[in-house]
Amino acid sequence: MKKKLLDLVSRFYFIIIMFFLYAPILVMIVLSFNNSRSRVVWGGFTLQWYKTLFSNRQIREAFFFTIGLALLSAVIALLIGTAAAFGIHAMRRRGYAIMMGVTNIPLLNADIVTGIALMLWFIRFLPLGSGSVLIAHVTFNIPYVILALLPKIEQMNMAIYEASRDLGATAVRGFFTMILPQLTGGLLSGFFMAVTMSMDDFMITYFTRGAGVNTLSTMIYGEIRKGIKPEMYALSTVIFAAVFLILICVNFWPSNRKAEKRREGII
Amino acid sequence: MDRNRKQRQLLALPYVLWSIAFTVIPLLVIIRYAVTDKDGHFSVSNLLAFSTPVNAKAFLISLEIALICTVICVLLAYPLVMVVRRLRISRMTFMLFFLIMPMWMNFILRMLALQMILSNNGILNMIVTGLGFQPLALANTKAAVIIGVVYDYLPFMMLPIFNTISDIGEDVLEAASDLGASPLSVFFRVILPMSLPGLKSGITIVFVPSMTSFVIADILGGGKIQLIGNIIEQEFTRSTNWNLGSGLSAALMLFMLVGMSFTIKDDILPSHPVKDEEGEKKEAPGGEGISRRAVL
Repeated sequence: MKKKLLDLVSRFYFIIIMFFLYAPILVMIVLSFNNSRSRVVWGGFTLQWYKTLFSNRQIREAFFFTIGLALLSAVIALLIGTAAAFGIHAMRRRGYAIMMGVTNIPLLNADIVTGIALMLWFIRFLPLGSGSVLIAHVTFNIPYVILALLPKIEQMNMAIYEASRDLGATAVRGFFTMILPQLTGGLLSGFFMAVTMSMDDFMITYFTRGAGVNTLSTMIYGEIRKGIKPEMYALSTVIFAAVFLILICVNFWPSNRKAEKRREGII
Repeated sequence: MDRNRKQRQLLALPYVLWSIAFTVIPLLVIIRYAVTDKDGHFSVSNLLAFSTPVNAKAFLISLEIALICTVICVLLAYPLVMVVRRLRISRMTFMLFFLIMPMWMNFILRMLALQMILSNNGILNMIVTGLGFQPLALANTKAAVIIGVVYDYLPFMMLPIFNTISDIGEDVLEAASDLGASPLSVFFRVILPMSLPGLKSGITIVFVPSMTSFVIADILGGGKIQLIGNIIEQEFTRSTNWNLGSGLSAALMLFMLVGMSFTIKDDILPSHPVKDEEGEKKEAPGGEGISRRAVL
């Protein structure tokens, strides 16, 4: 009896938190079907914002810039971060401590300070534009990759790599066939975190972008006072739904279940 | 062996260079701006700008909001983590999915949606009055800003705590209750102490940034609540006193460093992977890399 009650309370609490986290998203999805330019008036159901999604050139440019920026910065962060994770893993106490400290700075520092510091530095040698935004995003993405990979590298089984070398595999081949597969989970979650953080960032982009460069976030921020274009709601809903579906497929696809269990705790 | 190790350390070189160029130097640049005046002469007036009435007021409100938000995040996170454990949906995949997914709806749109929910004739008040209560006047108040900040930072509190708690084996908890501990003392004497590294990471990630979220204060506070982030932003975008803005930022960095000093220590000193003189790794019992993972 007591157990049942606790289960009930547990479910209820979980649903409350879920509601808190997802209610604003639900509101935005509903608004994307609203046949009115106002946020507070419901003008009936429509699909027109989805049809005119890309007719606005600015929205189109901001969308492709945001996606391109997220993917490119995540790939660069993945390359630098993976190498760094192996290097840091091989370091001794002091080097290790220093590197972990530096890695934590972008995570713990307020975004506004990171953004302003980069901006003050960039203006000395680099015109603010898409390049400076890319560098900024890579900078705050690398720590996510390193922190996702390090524990996996620590758990890694090095013996099978050494065995493959003894059996005549080259270092490169040994790395790609024995080490990399063991790190797939860490690499994926690092990459995914990096893409997510880049897509969701507003502040650092806001301070490091140049005139005329807009991500969806900075564009929406600029529109707050004159009113948000309803196409934005539609576009955000499409992005959200697409990622949601992809993740559902990747994580909960039946054939993945077994592999999932084997690498417990990995995204 | 030793040459091998040296070679492997070299892999970190691109990152070392990158972080010097784009993490360390920018922080030095901001400090340089902070300790000089407009003509480039040394001056501490920007650092002391904290004490002017406007800035001090913003700073105190920021501190208050950050403190309240951090406490609320902790109070919300622990029960949720326990609930998730209890309902046996404790797969990291699901938790990550559940907490990270909202970030794929644009941050500013989510805040605007929250504004609509909390506004005086918004959705929340429709529910509240529907249930027969007095409508809440949340719009443009400190409470609204607090709700927004909690909304934004809750995942960053939950993930590290969840990470450390999901590492605790069921057998440990069973042993505790077999030895006569009540559920409450299992929580306070086993789970809570073991989750401390996650809690510390969560607090450090949430506290300082939540003092600066000027967008949340703008949208949900209706311009009436000025956080220290709003003041810094205005110094850079409107009044263009970069030295003053940098001074305030440098003071915030001080907070971050204080926070870091106690989370990083936890990473490096014993109890987690300990590296001895030869640099070989030894596992300390029970705590393999917990806190480093906990930051994520």
